[in-house]
Amino acid sequence: MQQFLQQLINGLSLGSIYALIALGYTMVYGIIKLINFAHGDMYMIGAYIGYMGITVFHLPFFPALIFSMAFCAVLGMVIERIAYKPLRNATRIAALITAIGVSFFLEYTTMRFMGAEVKTFPAVLSDKSWIIYGLRINFQQIVIFATSIILMVLLQIIVRRTKIGRAMRAVSVDADAAKLMGVDVNATISFTFAIGSALAAAAGILVGVYYNSINPLMGMAPGLKAFVAAVFGGIGIIPGAMVGGFAIGLTETMVSGYASSLYKDAVVYVLLILILLLKPSGLLGKNKKEKV
Amino acid sequence: MKKVKSLVVVLLLMGLALTGCTSKASGTIKVGLNLELSGEVASYGEAELNGIMMAIDEVNAAGGVLGKQIEVVKLDNKGDAAESTSVATKLATESKVSVILGPATSGAVKASVPVANQYKVAVITPSGTADDVTNDGTKAQPYAFRICFIDAFQGVTMANFASNNLSGKKAVILGDSGSDYALGLAKNFKAQFTKNGGTIVAEEAYTAADTDFNAVLTKIKNAGAFDVLFIPGYYQQVGLIIKQARAAGIDAPILGGDGFDSPKLLELAGAAALNKVYFSSAFTSLDTDATVVKFIAAYKAKYSAEPNMFNALGYDAAKLAIDAIKRANSSDPVKIQAALAATKDLAGVTGTVTIDALHNAVKSAVVITLKDGVQTSPVRVNP
Amino acid sequence: MNTTIFSRKNLLWTVFIVALFTLIEVLMMADIIGAYYKITLMLIGINVILAVGLNIIIGITGQFSLGHAGFMSVGAYSCAITIKMFPTWWGFGLGILIGLGITFVIALLVAIPTLRLKGDYLAIATLGVGEIIRIVILNMNITNKAAGLSSIPMLNSFPLLFGFATLSVILSANFKNSAVGRACIGIKEDEIAAEAMGINTTRYKTMAFVFGALLASVAGALYASTFYVIKPESFGFAKSIDILVIVVFGGMGSLTGSVVATLALGVISLLLQPFAELRMIIYAAALIAVMVLRPQGLMGNYEFSLPKLFQRKKRKGEGA
Repeated sequence: MQQFLQQLINGLSLGSIYALIALGYTMVYGIIKLINFAHGDMYMIGAYIGYMGITVFHLPFFPALIFSMAFCAVLGMVIERIAYKPLRNATRIAALITAIGVSFFLEYTTMRFMGAEVKTFPAVLSDKSWIIYGLRINFQQIVIFATSIILMVLLQIIVRRTKIGRAMRAVSVDADAAKLMGVDVNATISFTFAIGSALAAAAGILVGVYYNSINPLMGMAPGLKAFVAAVFGGIGIIPGAMVGGFAIGLTETMVSGYASSLYKDAVVYVLLILILLLKPSGLLGKNKKEKV
Repeated sequence: MKKVKSLVVVLLLMGLALTGCTSKASGTIKVGLNLELSGEVASYGEAELNGIMMAIDEVNAAGGVLGKQIEVVKLDNKGDAAESTSVATKLATESKVSVILGPATSGAVKASVPVANQYKVAVITPSGTADDVTNDGTKAQPYAFRICFIDAFQGVTMANFASNNLSGKKAVILGDSGSDYALGLAKNFKAQFTKNGGTIVAEEAYTAADTDFNAVLTKIKNAGAFDVLFIPGYYQQVGLIIKQARAAGIDAPILGGDGFDSPKLLELAGAAALNKVYFSSAFTSLDTDATVVKFIAAYKAKYSAEPNMFNALGYDAAKLAIDAIKRANSSDPVKIQAALAATKDLAGVTGTVTIDALHNAVKSAVVITLKDGVQTSPVRVNP
Repeated sequence: MNTTIFSRKNLLWTVFIVALFTLIEVLMMADIIGAYYKITLMLIGINVILAVGLNIIIGITGQFSLGHAGFMSVGAYSCAITIKMFPTWWGFGLGILIGLGITFVIALLVAIPTLRLKGDYLAIATLGVGEIIRIVILNMNITNKAAGLSSIPMLNSFPLLFGFATLSVILSANFKNSAVGRACIGIKEDEIAAEAMGINTTRYKTMAFVFGALLASVAGALYASTFYVIKPESFGFAKSIDILVIVVFGGMGSLTGSVVATLALGVISLLLQPFAELRMIIYAAALIAVMVLRPQGLMGNYEFSLPKLFQRKKRKGEGA
């Protein structure tokens, strides 16, 4: 029983990172129907910017976090302007391929300038851990978990209660109609990218601090799993990203802990295929009939 | 239109072919580098490149070898086996090098060995440790050599250390399922450990992309009592694993191979976690040997970083090649191959090397203990 | 429409192909095309087979598949295991056939449930399939897990590869120009309309998918018998992307484009060799640039036709 509870904690901890990344994915997909392959790499860039902030500018944790989020928000907007905007009316495949190009570009540019070797984060956040009833919980795990919940709630408030949020929802339903209603579609999309990228950056820096290791290719695997999480929970739906994130984190942990550690990744992909076949709109999604 | 296009392409290829066949500048000796400089394993190729270039720059500054400067032809195999074959072919046939250094990974080396044999240009791998890289068990690959340990040697060494020095009877193996190095070490460890009377309680796996190992560590912790935890893998993940394992309450001694050997291990795991950690290596900064001390100082001066095992192996591989060229007294690849095969007691930063009949490097290993992150008590193990 | 085998079009093409082959062989024998360029040409040949196969799936039928490398690996491993046991021509043939068989089964199993998905979802599902295949191969004993298979006898040779590549292009062209191909194009253009016109979309989508997968399997077998070593990571997501990039560059829907793009990208890769670290950055930037500036790729939908070339020349001569 104790092992199960410990694995539960492990799973939720892992899941909260996927959830943070998935939030960004789901927002961007919701608004322009693009799987932003480069999102995982934005997470990596966030980690590196945070690293530079801490080691080069000697910022403490919180300012480094803000700095990194701001930087990535701007970077996200720039990428959107240069690479995605021109393809807004092209085929989905074209946009996806551009996203893949951006992903490679970010990865290899980072590799060129920072080297392929892993870098370690200085310990800027308390490493304290507690043992309660034999279960081990770490302060940083709590920070990550809390951050993801708080950001999700914040995001929901922005989307449901603010003017820009309403604009985002409008554009995601019908961009042309929104334009006719006076919504600045370009600005809204830029804003969405900014938020999504900032969230990814937050995830990246938290991961860098928690696990202590960053490298230029660190965004690939979590990026993909976060995408699975977003789809699982219902892509375009913000609480869905959270649900999906925790679900995937728990699945991976439980498979590793109770079945075979060799196939934990494969099971995640099988889960993806199953959800796409059985309920493509995701756990929290509503089935939409396709109009001719 | 297509005919014109293909003709243009063919002419282009011809042009490239001709430019490739530059006449060998009679004033230099060409050494080819077939390294992983991009892709997922780029860190190893890059590290070895640093070591190799340092050795070559040193030699060139001192007047070169046989009175000629060494010219380096550096090519990237992208960590891909097919590309490695291509690159080796180019180095041997177009660039006409005298000897090839690299690749770093066993798979890429194995892909370049048939080319080496066909065009008779020797390949020296600094870190290709799979048992079948330089030989098929009974016969050596004529043009393949290595300067590093073989997986069998390290696996056996650590198993014996576990059984004899640590009196371990039960072991758990946690290996990188995506690495042939890890698999080779695990296989040999398991065989030797069971031969010594021990039992393997559990065998688990991780992948190089993971950063969170808590799931599998919790599983191991609850798998029953065990005496040692063997982690055949590279420091990038091992550092994290050790940190998380100690945090999870796993106090058992942790064993590993030369993949542990990097200053980064301390950075990743933290000094507090690095207790009761033992690993085998050829290179240790503890070594008071003057050559090693000089190497570490020179490396720090040139690259502003502490050297790790891959830097040292690259350095020694280059030195081996240069020494062979000297002994062969020629830049002819065939003569250099003969000189390589006859290498005896060549002193290097990673130990004194003799190349045996199977083209493996016969050298002793050191089992290093880590106490509070500091290397202590080296135990020398001879093959 | 001329449907005999000995039509003018086919004769012109045969002459062209034989001439091209002879030219390359002569250059190789005269060592003007050295060993390095020969092996590069062979790799290009393998990529041509992969590219046209993927183009049938993506360009002609509009099914976005990101797991193409998975089928390549099935073919590669089947062939490698077989020719290591039987290093003869018979073994090679058997290896290819076994690969085709297993690929057929897997492709069918994958296609039937997943081809119901559309666009991005299908892309991710096929990505997942490719990854699953890679992980399974990574953990099986018969495939030697992470160490991969080495010392694979090099039974491949340039003439053999050229033959296979030509055959693949011919088969793909025939597929595209047949009734099946036209149904597939219809599905790509507007699936709902095609369904409404009575086309069994599932059947044709599956046919195209399996066709592409089988070609990938053959390419994999040839790959294994050329490069001595295969490892699971050679067939990962990165490989699928490599082929996808070729297809997109050349123009989805244009088989000519796939062939030209394979050549072009092969040459570019060759030229960028000295700039190892910058190569991928340039490649990625170029990819973005092409997609932004010319998303239909080099050739869009255009297909090269020898008879038309001669017709145009003839008309030009007559006209002016």
